Amino acid sequence: MKDFIIPDRDFGTPAAKSKTMVTLTIDGFDITVPEGTSIMRAAAEIGITVPKLCATDSIDAFGSCRLCLVEIEGRAGTPASCTTPVAPGLKVHTQNAKLKQLRRGVMELYISDHPLDCLTCSANGDCELQDMAGAVGLRDVRYEAVETHFKAKNTSGEANPQYLPKDDSNPYFSYDPAKCIVCSRCVRACEEVQGTFALTIEGRGFDSRISFGAKTDTAITSDCVSCGACVQACPTATLQEKSIIEIGTPERSVITTCAYCGVGCSFKAEMRGDELVRMVPYKHGKANRGHSCVKGRFAYGYASHKDRILSPMIRDSINDPWKEVSWPEAMEFAANRMNGLIAKHGRHSVGVITSSRCTNEETFLVQKLTRAVFQNNNTDTCARVCHSPTGYGLGQTFGTSAGTQDFDSVEETDVVILIGANPTDGHPVFASRLKKRLRAGAKLIVVDPRRIDLVDSAHIKAAHHLQLTPGTNVAVVTAIAHTIVTEGLFDEEFIRTRCDWDEFQDYAAFVADPRHSPEATQLLTGVKAEELRAAARLFARGGNGAIYYGLGVTEHSQGSTTVIGIANLAMLTGNIGRRGVGVNPLRGQNNVQGSCDMGSFPHELPGYRHVKNDSVREVFESLWGVKIDNEPGLRIPNMLDAAVEGTFKGLYCQGEDILQSDPDTKHVAAGLAAMECVIVHDLFLNETANYAHVFFPGSSFLEKDGTFTNAERRINRVRKVMAPKQGYADWEVTQMFANAMGAGWAYTHPSQIMDEIAMLTPSFAGVNYERLEEMGSIQWPCNEQAPEGTPLMHIDGFVRGKGKFIVTEYVATDEKTGPRFPLLLTTGRILSQYNVGAQTRRTENVVWHDEDVLEIHPHDAEVRGVRDGQFVKLASRSGETSLKAKITDRVSPGVVYTTFHHPDTQANVITTDYSDWATNCPEYKVTAVQVSPSNGPTEWQEEYNAQAAHSRRVLAAE
Amino acid sequence: MSADTTTKLVYMANQIAKFFESKPHDEGVAGIASHINDFWEPRMRSKFFEIVDAGGTGLRPLVLEAAANIRRPVAA
Repeated sequence: MKDFIIPDRDFGTPAAKSKTMVTLTIDGFDITVPEGTSIMRAAAEIGITVPKLCATDSIDAFGSCRLCLVEIEGRAGTPASCTTPVAPGLKVHTQNAKLKQLRRGVMELYISDHPLDCLTCSANGDCELQDMAGAVGLRDVRYEAVETHFKAKNTSGEANPQYLPKDDSNPYFSYDPAKCIVCSRCVRACEEVQGTFALTIEGRGFDSRISFGAKTDTAITSDCVSCGACVQACPTATLQEKSIIEIGTPERSVITTCAYCGVGCSFKAEMRGDELVRMVPYKHGKANRGHSCVKGRFAYGYASHKDRILSPMIRDSINDPWKEVSWPEAMEFAANRMNGLIAKHGRHSVGVITSSRCTNEETFLVQKLTRAVFQNNNTDTCARVCHSPTGYGLGQTFGTSAGTQDFDSVEETDVVILIGANPTDGHPVFASRLKKRLRAGAKLIVVDPRRIDLVDSAHIKAAHHLQLTPGTNVAVVTAIAHTIVTEGLFDEEFIRTRCDWDEFQDYAAFVADPRHSPEATQLLTGVKAEELRAAARLFARGGNGAIYYGLGVTEHSQGSTTVIGIANLAMLTGNIGRRGVGVNPLRGQNNVQGSCDMGSFPHELPGYRHVKNDSVREVFESLWGVKIDNEPGLRIPNMLDAAVEGTFKGLYCQGEDILQSDPDTKHVAAGLAAMECVIVHDLFLNETANYAHVFFPGSSFLEKDGTFTNAERRINRVRKVMAPKQGYADWEVTQMFANAMGAGWAYTHPSQIMDEIAMLTPSFAGVNYERLEEMGSIQWPCNEQAPEGTPLMHIDGFVRGKGKFIVTEYVATDEKTGPRFPLLLTTGRILSQYNVGAQTRRTENVVWHDEDVLEIHPHDAEVRGVRDGQFVKLASRSGETSLKAKITDRVSPGVVYTTFHHPDTQANVITTDYSDWATNCPEYKVTAVQVSPSNGPTEWQEEYNAQAAHSRRVLAAE
Repeated sequence: MSADTTTKLVYMANQIAKFFESKPHDEGVAGIASHINDFWEPRMRSKFFEIVDAGGTGLRPLVLEAAANIRRPVAA
């Protein structure tokens, strides 16, 4: 185990961005810094730490604590160094008799209203107040506190009206007002870093108190989203992780990458022995820049949850209970079954599903297992059900399947189109960075059937909300293009130099057709023509325009077409190839990008190269010493169809719960039930495991080395901070299984797997673990042409050469409302939960969301007699389920919305098997449904739960 | 081959066709063929040809035109 602590020095105030440099003298040393830098920061850069309490470099200077006073020759008084900017030729003194006396006086006042219980205080050893008392040499407090904030009772035993009890309502951190020095760092962090504005200061002068929302609120009832920014900023024990209170301070830290969403935040896992004490966002992480959300910061408890399975298990039939066995026994059983199926039904009768939650190295091995050992291309991954249309659409138009920017790029964006994404819930840390830019004046256009938080929240208001009918994305995007083309707002020079002009002519003629005008399509899309035109004009003329999108774009029968339409819009307006612009898919899971890069799709070898290309196959064949199949393999829905047909018999499924996450649960269950060997490799007995014959227990991201690739194409290291609880990292388990099938692999560390990836994949040629150590992270492509990686793509030309405009004809989905199913259901995610909830449901995050609810408009509720909080039956052509209703005008009349984090809800019993025309990505976002009052769970839910309980039985050890 | 699979494959092929129908005719035909060649596993293409050989009921005309350029899988 290696310790990668890099001292996270606090420079006191944020770095200035000016290019003009200023030279001054501090304590006799010359220093040159950018204009706008504070004296405090300039001093810190030459290693002089000016005492401070209310300043920290994640937020703007405030100048309230008066501890950081300095003297400047020729200026009167003792200004605060945090709020005083540098100027040429200044001569600053940070330490002299006068300053020492002043600082000691300030500290004396602070300490007079602070408990002196340092020894038993939970911040002991990690307290800036303690440090400052030491730094200024405070030896005595002359004041006897009569009125205090920290004593529960006064000297005569009466209750102290100034005393506020500890607020323990948040499951992860406590707020102890008795320890508070009202430096307001937490309030400013909530505002500037997170952008929620949940914290405020109540009262004035001596009565000033930090407050979550209104005076009657607690942390949990306020707007607080539990991101941890306030806890991070607090210099004392006032806002502190409960894990620190419980365990004590950590003794070392290891930098690693969060295993939740595609933002890919860097964290310091702070450890004591092999116990994880806390996760702290890493300041130098290039995706998150020191910020975090409730999931990555706090929701890691699932890794040690009692539900985790730590022993391999097998069974002959899914009706039998599970039997715990040794690893060798499980391997032998699994290999015999798989080999038997291959012998009997041929090598195409088995396949794999790779995980977008596992590392690149693990994913690479799983696809290698099917390609080199099973000798077919039957590999797929959960990106099938989320971003496969991104791969197709951006591949066709730009020539590469990835977002074009890094997250820092948003700092220079002037207009954002956000389409089918809800970042404050799905990608919270990116949302905070976006909100910061919006508060600085950038404009936002939201295209979403639901009024997401970003449409209107604290200090954020979207310029336009195009509240479209689910399923009409293509019509809306084409109408935007129509407006830009017919009103002459397109960037002709960009198109002439960077794109194929002839193709543009065809495209322009197509979109200019009056049938694509906002006026012609408004009845269909539900978006008012004037609003849409105004939005199009804003995007085309408003400066740097960036498009961010999510699964509301891809999970439609025209998902790929919408991605193409988005790429068209970016090219049309010249918004590609520089900072502040671009096309940015927000990836759902931590390693969706990586699992796609690693050749998880059945038609592509690693690096997005089609299996039909002889020259590509040859590279793999010569290194692996096997023949690679030149035909595409089966995608997940095709595997299930083939299983029902009887030609697909065996599946190795790593870290993926297709029974819960994939559409049309009944069809998935039928497919799985028809297979003769299903191997599930996971942390928990997930829903898919109800149909499995072999269970390989998995390891969490804390227990292995590897890399994740986030939505910016950034390859980040995942580092092992503790030994795998079930004995092996997941890449070792796959290797054992491959070897049981005769593979003869001999990897001893994931770095060797990365070396093999680099050898085989041109866009990864320059990536290796040593480089990652040096650079922290690398954005692919990284090779001889781009040895430092590639933060921005398509700078001087598109990967495919000329950008390709492709016409986007709107084709209505066949999932239509009618008298029986008059409402449209669309689905999404909530902040505190993640995907199928396997991880987050096993943490305290359930206090925010312990069940899925159905959002329904008051009008639709009233005509159906549905009341808020009541059980309703939700029925579609595919099936029916029940859940509680939540009446809200966030959804339009005619639209209902739910999340899919809880298996009891079974939202996917409702979804249909319609899918994207190009990639078979399921149409999760549009299902025609009916809602009616109900008494409770449907028959299907009860049957399903009975089957699950029956299937999860494990034989008691003999 | 079950009726269900036939319906599904016809539906999928027609969905692809609807995208390529907005392209110039020849490009559209080539587009459908290469899309199916690139993404449909041989089992799916075998069944597709069973449908085509039986008269191609339900398939859009452009799919039928493209069929000539779709690779017939070698019998396993």
